[in-house]
Amino acid sequence: MKDMNAILAGFGGQGILFMGKVIAYAGLFDNREVSWLPSYGPEMRGGTANCSVCISDEPICSPLVNNPNALIVMNLPSFDKFIDKVVPGGIVIIDSTLIDKKVERDDITAYYVPATALAEENGLKGLANIILMGKMMAVTNFCTKETMQKTLEKIIPPKKQHLIPKNMNAVEIGINA
Amino acid sequence: MVLFMAERVLMKGNEALAEAAIRAGCRNFFGYPITPQTELAAYMAKRMPKIGGTYLQAESELAAINMVLGAASAGVRAMTSSSSPGVSLKTEGISYMAGSDLPALIINVQRGGPGLGGIQPSQSDYWQATRAPGHGDLHILVFAPSSVQEMVDLVSKAYDLADNYRMPAMILADGMLGQMMEPVVLSEESDKPLPKKEWAACGHNNERKHNIINSLYLTATELERLVKERFERYAIIEEKEPMFENYCTEDAEYIVVAYGATSRIAKAAVKEARKDGIKVGLIRPITLWPFPKKAMAAAAENAKAFLCVEMSMGQMIDDVKLAINCKCPVNFFGHTGGVIPTPVEVLEEIKKMAKA
Repeated sequence: MKDMNAILAGFGGQGILFMGKVIAYAGLFDNREVSWLPSYGPEMRGGTANCSVCISDEPICSPLVNNPNALIVMNLPSFDKFIDKVVPGGIVIIDSTLIDKKVERDDITAYYVPATALAEENGLKGLANIILMGKMMAVTNFCTKETMQKTLEKIIPPKKQHLIPKNMNAVEIGINA
Repeated sequence: MVLFMAERVLMKGNEALAEAAIRAGCRNFFGYPITPQTELAAYMAKRMPKIGGTYLQAESELAAINMVLGAASAGVRAMTSSSSPGVSLKTEGISYMAGSDLPALIINVQRGGPGLGGIQPSQSDYWQATRAPGHGDLHILVFAPSSVQEMVDLVSKAYDLADNYRMPAMILADGMLGQMMEPVVLSEESDKPLPKKEWAACGHNNERKHNIINSLYLTATELERLVKERFERYAIIEEKEPMFENYCTEDAEYIVVAYGATSRIAKAAVKEARKDGIKVGLIRPITLWPFPKKAMAAAAENAKAFLCVEMSMGQMIDDVKLAINCKCPVNFFGHTGGVIPTPVEVLEEIKKMAKA
């Protein structure tokens, strides 16, 4: 995917905004143009969270993504809100542990990843977001594994560096999911 | 000078504004929290104590702006930040500072209005910033960045011009720019001391006559003399300081005018329209006061129509019409607070204009 215009959405606390930051930083470390825009409006105060992330080789015009070509959803309200907004030919990655619904459109590609269950099984509680991001890496090639390793080393604070292997493990599980 | 390879980092617009102000020599921040600018104050609260600066959360916006007035009187680079409803409360202090010829930096990360409005991005304080940032005959410098990098670059520019012309400057941003993260390169703080302010009331040690900072002049002729003097300065600024960006305007038959976050969306639409063979260009005012009148007038020479795109009900239209002396029609497309125009919508408007 040359230009990625992504929406990431779910509940507050699932690490949606953090996942967006990781993706944006990965683009930064690959020397590309990036933007990250969180929702901070009333819907945020209602407990759902989403953010727009753009990665491109050209300056980014609008950091607000209305019609994503890549979507990650971690709850049903977000699935319902954004599934029809995806551009034809786009991809959607769904946490199928948390969302039962199937995509009815045939002009987009859906990937069902039981990320929350996979995280639980592998002792990676709380890293379902990173598993889904790993899947996104595999599907869109927004960055390489080497870039991701470097990104995590940079943005995970010094006191929490021991969590890097766990995060990379989650990325790996996502890539192979 | 220390040579420094500047690193490209990701920063939120609000935080970048704060860091840029610190690197421009600001050590005095006075504020009061309000969405969507709060990260700016939070950043200052974290950083200022570490570098010997002052961060003070005032009891109100009114108190904060008057603290800025006090600090500016002593000759230091002071700053406050807020969002639309909070800026309304600051207008009294801004007027006093203009009347006292005091430089300072005011940040407005705009949200929807009027009243408490909403907390989403908006550009509906254009009139307030450019027409009446306070009561009385006055202008302030108004800068409208369109990216996080430009937010950084314009902070030091705003401080320099404010000091040079002895007047308040405002960065008019919006919730989108404040909240978004983008790559940015920050330059190191200069180790050269800032130019000395001979007029500052910072203690005279019995070595010179005392300075007075004041905006009250009860003798009408004296007041008029001072206001006229100030307007001579404003005329120089209008001549020398307008900033703008031209995009694809050389052969343009249609001109889109947009600033700030909206200009990025307008640019995307202009790019698309060019692919369709429509001769359209974009003028992006970077200073809203002084307004880039000459750039508008030059583009109007060959233009058939203009289109203002704003996140307001069309507050910039008048300035465009005045600048081009109503030489051709000025159309408008916009949304109010929180409803952000899309490139597709703007493209439709450009097509409509080209067909008319």
